[in-house]
Amino acid sequence: MFANFMVNAWEAATVVAIVAGVVGFFTVLRGAAFAAHSLPNGAFAGAAGAVLIGANTIVGLGVFSLAGAGMIAGLGRRARSDVATALTIVLMLALGDLFLSRTSEYAPEIFALLFGEVLGVSSNKLGPTVVIAIACIVAIVALYRPLMLSSVTPDVAEARGINARVMDLAFLVVLAAVTTMAVPVVGSLLIFSLLIGPPAAARSFTNRPPVAMGLSVLFALVTVWVAIAVSYETDLPVGFFVGTISAFAYTVGRAWTAWRRTREGRPPSPNLATLANVDERGTANVVGR
Amino acid sequence: MLAVSWAPLFEPGFFSSEPVHVALTVGAISAVVSGVVGVFTVIRGQSFAGHALSDIGTAGGSASFLVGTSTLYGFVAFNVVAAGVMELIGIRKPRGRDLATGIVLGASLGLAALFLYEGTISSSTTGATVNVLFGSIFTLAPGIMNVIAVLGFVSVSLIAVLYRPLLLSSVSYEMAAARRVPVRLVGAGYLLALALAVSMSAVTIGAILSTALLIGPAAVALRVATRTGVAIAVAAVVGVVACWAGTLIAYDSTVWAGGNGWPVSFCIVVVIFVLYFTSGVVSRLRADPRPATTSDLGRFVEPVEAA
Repeated sequence: MFANFMVNAWEAATVVAIVAGVVGFFTVLRGAAFAAHSLPNGAFAGAAGAVLIGANTIVGLGVFSLAGAGMIAGLGRRARSDVATALTIVLMLALGDLFLSRTSEYAPEIFALLFGEVLGVSSNKLGPTVVIAIACIVAIVALYRPLMLSSVTPDVAEARGINARVMDLAFLVVLAAVTTMAVPVVGSLLIFSLLIGPPAAARSFTNRPPVAMGLSVLFALVTVWVAIAVSYETDLPVGFFVGTISAFAYTVGRAWTAWRRTREGRPPSPNLATLANVDERGTANVVGR
Repeated sequence: MLAVSWAPLFEPGFFSSEPVHVALTVGAISAVVSGVVGVFTVIRGQSFAGHALSDIGTAGGSASFLVGTSTLYGFVAFNVVAAGVMELIGIRKPRGRDLATGIVLGASLGLAALFLYEGTISSSTTGATVNVLFGSIFTLAPGIMNVIAVLGFVSVSLIAVLYRPLLLSSVSYEMAAARRVPVRLVGAGYLLALALAVSMSAVTIGAILSTALLIGPAAVALRVATRTGVAIAVAAVVGVVACWAGTLIAYDSTVWAGGNGWPVSFCIVVVIFVLYFTSGVVSRLRADPRPATTSDLGRFVEPVEAA
């Protein structure tokens, strides 16, 4: 399981899980599940286009996921965000279909892009993944406060001069970077599950953002590690286990919330004002508890 | 069928080709059903569920490849179950609801990975994958039309029966609940109609077009129409127009592009986008008769078509 050819897989999955845990926390907080599905899924058009003109796959993925992020934000100015996202993914997939129809040699790679080939990650794919992963984490750290405020209390954020549209676009660009980083190594299905399941589960267990983010990273790591180990033993696809474990984690989180609610007799669901206050006071008081 | 003067527009064989007849008919049925259901999808803010179901059905489709039944049954079975689970999780706030949809989608795609993997191992072909994901309107069996017509009819009938309570609970959940509308039951009925409509369109015209015809025409209609009934009619018409125009362009493109035509899905999506942006201009002109200010113009030149 830890043979030489598997080292890349473990490293790639670990890097992706850490980033997914951190960025996924905001994905869940902002209710951006649709965008988190659309960018990785639609960006395959970029990969198909890159193959068509003989460019690097990562460049194609990057260009298309950024264009998709811009389009969701742009269309979102004049329409509801779920409609804007639906129109964007439809256009991206249609372009992908067009590119695929222009080439005859691409079909087998679709499976890899959608469902991932984490067990076959080569060392030269690992470099760009790590670099973009670090950039994503740095971006989230830099944006932490305004992003948190605009996600939880948009009114307060607006009053403090934080532009909601700019925050929206900034977050979508981070999602686009996550897409570019993760799709070549783990596929669009896997990164989507990791962006949603572990962070959603983490939020059920705590109201404090930094703790939730830490838990989310922990859950994401456990999910991919268990998935790879079981996949190695059973010879079944990694994506299957990641999807199943993510859904299981969410179910456990929901059950925990429901159980606590009946025990305490009042809804313990994250109090939005509390979230914002904790953020205002910074991370220090979290360490204290 | 039409006067000879149309000949330059319609490449030879367009009206006599059997696949084209089937494509136009199936496309029109899908477009009408998607238009009717889609207006409520957009009003209720459930675009993600609408799109997710087309992907979730993929798991059912690939499962039916394994057991050797028709893809359609796999699609319908999986989507009805998925819609049931979504309703069971039953979160009303859009953020939480999209999250629940995402969890169901993630788990289903995991299953799809499993089934497709088994499928590629047993038959060593990726053709099935591509077929399930993209579908093709030009390769439909004529016999499939009856099944589609039945599914479409059931879906539209559900919407018709639920129409008033559905509209009320879509526009204002609280008011509907206060008037003792069984909001959960209505929501479940709507999700069932959505699941049937999406299964029907996804299995025939592919996942891309399924979402395109569900959301695109409805979004166009809700920009230009103010009453729901009118919006539904406009959405159905826009869907049919986009579907037929796109099919025609795709058919004709085989001639321009030297035998390797453009995919139908791409052509239809482009037509929908043209109509969407046109409807934006129309609604803008109608809502605001004053001359456009600089900031208004600024919105038009936003890089929204960047892709």
